[in-house]
Amino acid sequence: MFSFIARRAGAAIGTLFLSSVLVFLAVQALPGDVATQVLGKDATPDAVSALREKLKLDQPAWERYVDWIGGALHGDFGLSLVSGKAVGGEVGMYLGNSALIALVTVLFAVTGSIVLGILAGLYRDRWPDHLISTVSLIGMSVPEFVVATVLVLCFSVALPWFPAVVLYGPEASVGQLMPAVWLPALALAVVMAAYIVRMARTSVIDVMAGEFVTTARLKGLSTWRVVTRHALPSALLPTLHVIALNVAWLAGGVAVVENVFNYPGIGKLMLASVQNRDLPVIQAIALISAVVYVVCNLAADLGAMALNPKLRTRGRTR
Amino acid sequence: MTTLDTPAAVPAVPVAPASAAARAWRTVRSSRAATIGLAIVAVHVLIALLAPLLTSYDPIANNADQALLGPSWEHWAGTDQYGRDVLARVLYGGRYAIGVSVAATLVTLLIGTVVGCAAALRGGWFDDVLGRVLDAVLSVPSVLALLVIVTALGTGPSVIVLAIAVVYVPQVVRVVRGAALAVVPADYVTAARARGESTWAILRREILPNITDVVCVEFAMRASWVVLLISSLSFLGFGADPPTPDWGLMVAENRTAITVVPMASLAPIIALATLVVGLNLAADGLSKAWGVDRIREGS
Repeated sequence: MFSFIARRAGAAIGTLFLSSVLVFLAVQALPGDVATQVLGKDATPDAVSALREKLKLDQPAWERYVDWIGGALHGDFGLSLVSGKAVGGEVGMYLGNSALIALVTVLFAVTGSIVLGILAGLYRDRWPDHLISTVSLIGMSVPEFVVATVLVLCFSVALPWFPAVVLYGPEASVGQLMPAVWLPALALAVVMAAYIVRMARTSVIDVMAGEFVTTARLKGLSTWRVVTRHALPSALLPTLHVIALNVAWLAGGVAVVENVFNYPGIGKLMLASVQNRDLPVIQAIALISAVVYVVCNLAADLGAMALNPKLRTRGRTR
Repeated sequence: MTTLDTPAAVPAVPVAPASAAARAWRTVRSSRAATIGLAIVAVHVLIALLAPLLTSYDPIANNADQALLGPSWEHWAGTDQYGRDVLARVLYGGRYAIGVSVAATLVTLLIGTVVGCAAALRGGWFDDVLGRVLDAVLSVPSVLALLVIVTALGTGPSVIVLAIAVVYVPQVVRVVRGAALAVVPADYVTAARARGESTWAILRREILPNITDVVCVEFAMRASWVVLLISSLSFLGFGADPPTPDWGLMVAENRTAITVVPMASLAPIIALATLVVGLNLAADGLSKAWGVDRIREGS
C-alpha cells in the first residue's frame, strides 16, 4: 500500500514537471518581443536591450526555465511586467478571493448534487427522476456565462438582493466580498452539479441493484438505513473522481463567471494578464492551476483507495 | 471495459460499412432521446444553412434609427444597440457556432482516435510516455490554454479549431484508448498480428470497426462541450470577432442592455441552449442504445 502511494505521488511530480515545461514553452511562443511591449514602441534601442538583459531574455530558453522553476519552488514567480510587483503576492491575493467562490461552489454543488442524484437513483424512471434528469440535462447544456446572466436578471435586477458587479479591487476584505460571492458561486454550482448528479444517479442505480443491498433489504432494514449504510458509501466512490475533475475545471469556469460579475479573482487576473501579455503572471497561474489539478486527482485516487480495498490490492499486484 | 458486455457493441467479426450504417440508423430510430436530439441538431444545421432565405435583414448592417427596439412586426426579436435585427443575427449565428464546432470536434476526434488506438495497440513505453504527456496537458486549465493559444496565433476560425484540438485531444485519447484496450486482446487481433499485418492495417480493419459506437458517442458528447467552450471564448472576446453574428458574442454585447431589450440576450441564449440540449440528448440516446457508459467514459 505504501509503495502504491509512493508511486502515485511520484507520477504526480512527474506530471507537474512536464506541465511546467509545457507551460513555459507555450508562454514563450507568445508573439512579440516582451521588452518592446513593456517599454512601448518609442523606446530607445538601449533601453530595450537593457530591459532584455534585466529580464534575462538574452539567455537561452533552458537557462531561463531553470531560473523560473527554481524561483517558483521557493514561491518566487518573478515580477509582474505590468504592475512591477512580485507575482507571487499578487496571484496569491486574487487566488484567495477566488478560493472564497470555489469553497462556496463546491459546498453547494457537492451536497446539492449528491442529494438530488440519490433521489433520482432511488426513484428511477418515476417523476422525481425525470424532473431531476431533465433539469440536470439543461444545466449541462448552458454555458456558465448564460447561467450567470440569468441569475443577474433574476436576483440583481428583478429582485435586488445581490450585487450584479463587484466594485472592490483585489484588496477587498472577506466581509466586503461576501455579498458578491453567492451569485458567481451559484452559477458555477449549477453547471458543476449537473455532471455530478448524473454520476451519482448511475452509481446509486448500480449499487441498489447489487446483491448486498438485496440482502440488507431482506434482513428487514428500512430503506433509509439501506441507503445511508450501504448505498451511499459505494455510490460515493465513483462520484469522487468526477468531483476531483470538476474542482480542476473550476479554474476555467471561474475565468468566465468572474468576468461577468467583475469579481477580483484569479479568473479576472488570468484574462487581464493574457490581454496584457504579462508572461510571469500567466506562467504562475498556469503552474498553480496544474498543482491544484494534480493534487485533486491524487487526493481522489487515494480517497478512492481508502474507500475501496479492491483498488489497494490491484495497485500492489500490478 | 463495459462495452464488451453488450453483444450489439462488439461483434466478433468486423462489420462491413454498409451494415454498420444500417445498424446505426436502426439504433437511432429505436432510441427516442437520440431521435429527438438529432432532429434538434438537424433543424439547427438547416436554419444555419438557410439563414439568408429565412430573413431579409443583413445580420451586420447597422441602423442607428432602429436601435434598441422591442419585439415588433418588422423585428420579431427586436434590435440591438446598433439597430441590427436580433433574429437575423441569431439565425446567422449558428453558422459560426456549428461550423467551427463541427470542424474542431472532427479534428479532435480524428487525432484522438488514431493516437488512442495506437497507444492501446503498441502499449509499452509509447503508452507510458503518452499517458504522462497527456496528464500534463490536462493539468493546465482549458480556458487558460485556449486564451494563450488564441493570443499567440490570432483569432481566426482555424486557430480556434487547433486550440480546441490541443485542449480536448488528451481526453479523447483516454476514452478511445480505454475502449481499444478491450479489443486488443481479442483473438482476431492476435491472428492479424501473427499474419504480420502492419499496425495501421490492424487499426483500420480490426480495432476501429469495433469501437465505432464509442467514437460516435464521444463525438456527440465532445461536440456539446466544444459548442459551449467556443461560445464562452466568444463571450470573453477571444472567439468570433465583432461584428460576426455569434451567440456568445451577442450575449456579451447585449448583456448590459438586458433590462431594455431582454430578447437581444435571451434569443441567442435559447438558440445556444437548444443546440447543446440536442447534442446531449443524442449522446445520451446513442450511449444507452449501444451500451456505452457515457458518464464514465466522459470522466
